[in-house]
Amino acid sequence: MKSISVNNLSKSFINGKETVEAVKPLSFEIDKAELFGFIGPDGAGKTTLLRMLTTLIIADTGTATVDGLDVVNDYKEIRKRVGYMPGKFSLYQDLSVQENLEFFATIFQTTVKENYHLIKDIYDQLAPFSDRPAGKLSGGMKQKLALCCALIHKPTVLFLDEPTTGVDAVSRKEFWEMLKRLKEQGITILVSTPYMDEASLCDRVALMQDGKFLRIDPPSQIIKNYSKKLLAVKGKEMFPLLQHLKQIDGIEMAYPFGEYHHVVLQNDATSIDQLKSKLQSTQELEIKPATPDIEDCFIYAMQNN
Amino acid sequence: MRSLKFLLQKEFRQIFRNPAILRMIFIMPVIQLIVLPLVANYEIRNVNIHVIDHDHSMYSRELIRKVTAGGVFQLQGYSANYKQALLDVEHDKSDLILEIPQGFEKQLVRESEAPLFIAVNAINGARANLGAAYLNTILRDYNQEIRTQWIQFPKFDEIPRVEVISNYWYNTHQSYTLFMVPGIMVVLLTMVGSFLTALNIVKEKEVGTIEQINVTPIRKHHFILGKLIPFWVLGLFVLTLGLLVGRVIYGIVPMGNIGLIYLFAAIYLPAILGLGLLVSNISQTQQQAMLLSFFLMMIFILMGGLYTSIDSMPQWAQVVTWFNPVTYFIEVMRMVVLKGSSFNDIKGHLGVIALFAVVLNTWAVVSYRKRS
Repeated sequence: MKSISVNNLSKSFINGKETVEAVKPLSFEIDKAELFGFIGPDGAGKTTLLRMLTTLIIADTGTATVDGLDVVNDYKEIRKRVGYMPGKFSLYQDLSVQENLEFFATIFQTTVKENYHLIKDIYDQLAPFSDRPAGKLSGGMKQKLALCCALIHKPTVLFLDEPTTGVDAVSRKEFWEMLKRLKEQGITILVSTPYMDEASLCDRVALMQDGKFLRIDPPSQIIKNYSKKLLAVKGKEMFPLLQHLKQIDGIEMAYPFGEYHHVVLQNDATSIDQLKSKLQSTQELEIKPATPDIEDCFIYAMQNN
Repeated sequence: MRSLKFLLQKEFRQIFRNPAILRMIFIMPVIQLIVLPLVANYEIRNVNIHVIDHDHSMYSRELIRKVTAGGVFQLQGYSANYKQALLDVEHDKSDLILEIPQGFEKQLVRESEAPLFIAVNAINGARANLGAAYLNTILRDYNQEIRTQWIQFPKFDEIPRVEVISNYWYNTHQSYTLFMVPGIMVVLLTMVGSFLTALNIVKEKEVGTIEQINVTPIRKHHFILGKLIPFWVLGLFVLTLGLLVGRVIYGIVPMGNIGLIYLFAAIYLPAILGLGLLVSNISQTQQQAMLLSFFLMMIFILMGGLYTSIDSMPQWAQVVTWFNPVTYFIEVMRMVVLKGSSFNDIKGHLGVIALFAVVLNTWAVVSYRKRS
């Protein structure tokens, strides 16, 4: 049995006179103990999709099951089994770390002790602040506490909505390591994120834009399928260089990428020297072939959508 | 049951950690009960009178002395012509003009009757009415006095006369505070009940915690009970505080059984809490909840018979007051505190309020959605 299976699920919102299709009809399946990522820019429909799967909103069309249970008819049973961590920190800010954890354990009819093994790694880091009001924790600590609260009833599926947004790089890395360990315990994890670099940490990712999936594949597969020739270009004056690159024939796309500009060539046969001569640049240029990563794939997919 | 217990524990913790709520519960009732009854007062004092005396006689001087001696009227001006007096009224210095015509004494003695002229500034209707009425009473007394001086009473009064003596029941001294304080207590209770509940739930919406609660298997009625019970307790606490302030500061001891007041409040509060719940279902932000509650409170207070008598409202407004829970409690409060009414007297009110509680809460529970 698949952990999650979605069939033609869609949702629109009415905003004034216009109807916004937040999620266009989608179908996909997620295996047990899979770490599945929804990657996409703000407004791609990630949160709406998660809210439909966590039974918070009802889809306009289509069906979905979580753990074999229908999200509309068996929503009560689903709520006992899933853990949800909304994008916005939504624990009681005026209750302490300890009190929040105990509160959520109790309303799931369990105790902190019973499932302590699940959260031990995470909670150990929070323990020194257990008497502090949740509102006074740092961003990373808040996310860790929220994760603890979402895990305390030993869910079979965990939904995380942008858990690392606004968290520093070190905490983000730690957070993903925790997710990996949870996955090993057999918990299915669905995580949405706007950060491309986190995509490679998932078992499979869905690249999402405007309520549609552009690709669903393991990250390595997505990179492998990238068929274009990619070059990295660097010069002294980066901004005029980018403007210049965008105007040249034979270049499909050019975009800033770290300290280089990445250039996608229309024709794979075009060589670096040919490009150099086309550029006729006055400044010293460094041009070298680049290996695509998930971000290149996503940018390309978005452009050709 | 166990989750309800924990919900309650959580709510009370949050309430006691919020200094704003604590201040509102402790300080607001005390201040309102001390200040409001003193200022919300219909007794008219310091009516400024301008006298024009064309007569300058003994009788006119005696009349002026009588008018100003009562304490209600302050002699603001004394002039020789009407123009000057009117100027005073136009500048809002005087409320009343009393003009004594020339030959007032002569006419009074000769013809046993003399005209006087009164002009009243009627911008403030209540003040004008009451001022003129006071002045008329004084003039009548004065008239009576003169007549008794003149007329030799025969052994038996030849003309039958009716003398009216009023006897004020339940509020012998017509004390305004005795009338206002019980009403203000009801308003306080209503504010604590509806404002705090509405704001509390909407705050969970605003902060996003309700989202987290909604994905849990928590039962809808547990969640709602967890919200209502703490504010029910707080409401009864505020009532106790109000009764204590009334007792210590104004010496108001309810004539009836104090238990009746608590019984009524215990049923009244769920009705008001249900209203707060409804407001919170409609509102998305605390600001919306606040404005909506404020709007409702204004109507409740102005149409609840706190300041103005419901009997003198137009018929349609009286019908509206039937749907105002505040009306019933203010009435019951005054009945029990002033009149010493018993259970049998208030059981009709009690029934109506119980109906309010059932209807409002059912409506609130049905309209509360754990998902959209």
